[in-house]
Amino acid sequence: MSDDLRQRIQRFILENYLFTSDPGALAPDASLLGRGIVDSTGMLEIIMFIEEQLGVTVADAEMVPENLDSVERIAAFVEAKRGRT
Amino acid sequence: MCGLAGIHLDAPGATADPAALKRMVAAIRHRGPDGSGFHVEPGLGLGHARLSIIDLAGGAQPLCNEDETIWISYNGEVFNYVELRRMLEQRGHQFRTSTDTEVIVHLYEERGDDFVHELNGQFAFALWDRPRRRLLLVRDRAGILPLYYARVRNGLLFASEVKALLASREIDAALDPDALDETFTFWAPLAPRTLFKGVSQVCPGEMVVLQDGRLERRPWWRWQFPADGQHRTGPEPGLQQELHALLADATQVRLRADVPVGAYLSGGLDSSALVALLNRSVPETLRTFSIGFDDAGLDETEHQQCMVGHLRTENFRIHCSLADVATGFPATIFHTESTVLRTAPAPMRLLSGLVHQSGIKVVLTGEGADEVLGGYDIFKESKVRQFWARHPDSAWRPGLLKRLYPYLDLTSAQSAAYLKEFFGVGLDRPGDPFFSHLPRWATTAQCKLFYSEEFRRRLDGSATERLRATLPDDIGRWHPFNRSEYLEARTLLPSYLLSSQGDRMLMANSVEGRFPFLDHRLIAFANSLHPRHKMRVLREKHLLREAMRADLPDAIRRRHKQPYRAPDAAAFLQGPTPDYVKQLLGSECIGRYGYFDPDKVGRLVAKLQRARVHAARDNMAFVGILSTQLWHRQFVEGRGVA
Repeated sequence: MSDDLRQRIQRFILENYLFTSDPGALAPDASLLGRGIVDSTGMLEIIMFIEEQLGVTVADAEMVPENLDSVERIAAFVEAKRGRT
Repeated sequence: MCGLAGIHLDAPGATADPAALKRMVAAIRHRGPDGSGFHVEPGLGLGHARLSIIDLAGGAQPLCNEDETIWISYNGEVFNYVELRRMLEQRGHQFRTSTDTEVIVHLYEERGDDFVHELNGQFAFALWDRPRRRLLLVRDRAGILPLYYARVRNGLLFASEVKALLASREIDAALDPDALDETFTFWAPLAPRTLFKGVSQVCPGEMVVLQDGRLERRPWWRWQFPADGQHRTGPEPGLQQELHALLADATQVRLRADVPVGAYLSGGLDSSALVALLNRSVPETLRTFSIGFDDAGLDETEHQQCMVGHLRTENFRIHCSLADVATGFPATIFHTESTVLRTAPAPMRLLSGLVHQSGIKVVLTGEGADEVLGGYDIFKESKVRQFWARHPDSAWRPGLLKRLYPYLDLTSAQSAAYLKEFFGVGLDRPGDPFFSHLPRWATTAQCKLFYSEEFRRRLDGSATERLRATLPDDIGRWHPFNRSEYLEARTLLPSYLLSSQGDRMLMANSVEGRFPFLDHRLIAFANSLHPRHKMRVLREKHLLREAMRADLPDAIRRRHKQPYRAPDAAAFLQGPTPDYVKQLLGSECIGRYGYFDPDKVGRLVAKLQRARVHAARDNMAFVGILSTQLWHRQFVEGRGVA
């Protein structure tokens, strides 16, 4: 998995939900929902980030915690999607 | 309504400083611009700022009984004063005025401390029993009117607003960290706590007694529900008639005034129901007052016009722009005297300004209907979550939650999986009294992320556990629906809706609000009913909708509740950001006041400036931080001087 991609996603979440640049504040496998890091509007922002900044479209059926609930999962999801296109 | 202030000195022969008393009353002159009065005697000073509503010529305060042994300074209205006076006159009491205030004095003489149970109204007052050297501070049942007190080196100060206490120069303003933490959980501090360290409020339905140097808090009324299974049920037509008659009478007695009465009209069910009932009773054309917004998601003009057309009222309107909210926000916080998490009070202050300009002193409002008759989405949400908790693995049950929030910007991202994550908190504890409110409190608590490390160290314990420690002993036997009604009535209603968004915004422009849905007879009736009469499946305020069938157009009667909202962060960031906002949210000022982390606040502001959509919790954090900073500037640095 690309470290650069993972870092971009982590930086986005740190900056927009934890309001810090300290990478220690968010483990790559930490649950974004379980830790209350994002709310319902927050999920919209993450999806917009994935679509606009990472160039991957998220289908309705893909908007599930299995794909989007941690930095690791988002990175894996984006890589898999990119690999398919 | 009015404002009151006073000084009680521990030494019986000591004299209250008349200049301090005058400053205290002057600080709340907006509550009563029609006159002021003072009474000073050994050990006590009472002050009053009067808004003349009843007995315009003869109602000056403080006032006393026949032999001047009982004195009162009073803010409010006792709506059944006509009936009480008749009874008291039959028992030989002599009246010098035709006010409701004097009725209280004689009723205290007649009944002792039990007199409060006979009062139907909204009130906060200080009553001095000179022979017993006893001071009573009393507040109405639901907490419509405010009353604060603070111990000082030689006695006790009390007043309708905290700025009057500060004007005595006996106390300094400092923030109570646990009060801010409660605000970032429940939207307001838990009474008796206030945002001001060392300043308490008389709780709703409480009497504070000061005698022989001892201060005792005595609850005299509380929100009470039957044990589950012992509710009142019955054929609906009878219950509908009973509700209609109660509401009509609650509205009728609230027309008692020697000045014209108007009404707020939001276009929702509650205010429309009141306006319909009022229109039957008021011979002249009723004057109604409404707010409109640019944002179609917040604006209710269409529904307001529907009611205006139906009832032919004379409707006065303000259109509230983003700039209006931002420009008026410092004055709004000067009056709330609290951190707020939404800007919604700001347009309410502009609306009361319009009422004042129109020459109206009294308005009826629909506030309280959602708590009393089961109107909030949180009640539905809780009902669905209870239903879901029986089968936590069901994918279908949480899907019902989607039906609850049609006004939100829902997209497919709100899949069942996400609903489960957002609303699933506490699903394993359906019997917990806090079950209904856990998701909301968890969302609000996200604002605590912005605390500075130093501030975090000043916190002592958990806000929710402090609330838990004061719950009624029998709450575990109540129906879950009643538990959530209780939590609303205990937390959000008195300390935010009736205060920051209610009394304070009305009184900022010397306007008295009256609240028929909070008539205690109506509350007792509604609390006795089985919840199914209030919420039929997921249809809120079912009984009220049915009871008003003959009075309201179907379009209004069937309308889904739209919560009253105003533009939040967008008001400050979408156009030119006002200088005061830049200054108060700048890292120097955030750092100097010390409550929040300057770096995180900077990142929040930057995020909101570039975002197209503002997340609910970012809005809440922004407004909460800005209002706390404004509070500090105006009360800690500015000592509450306008």
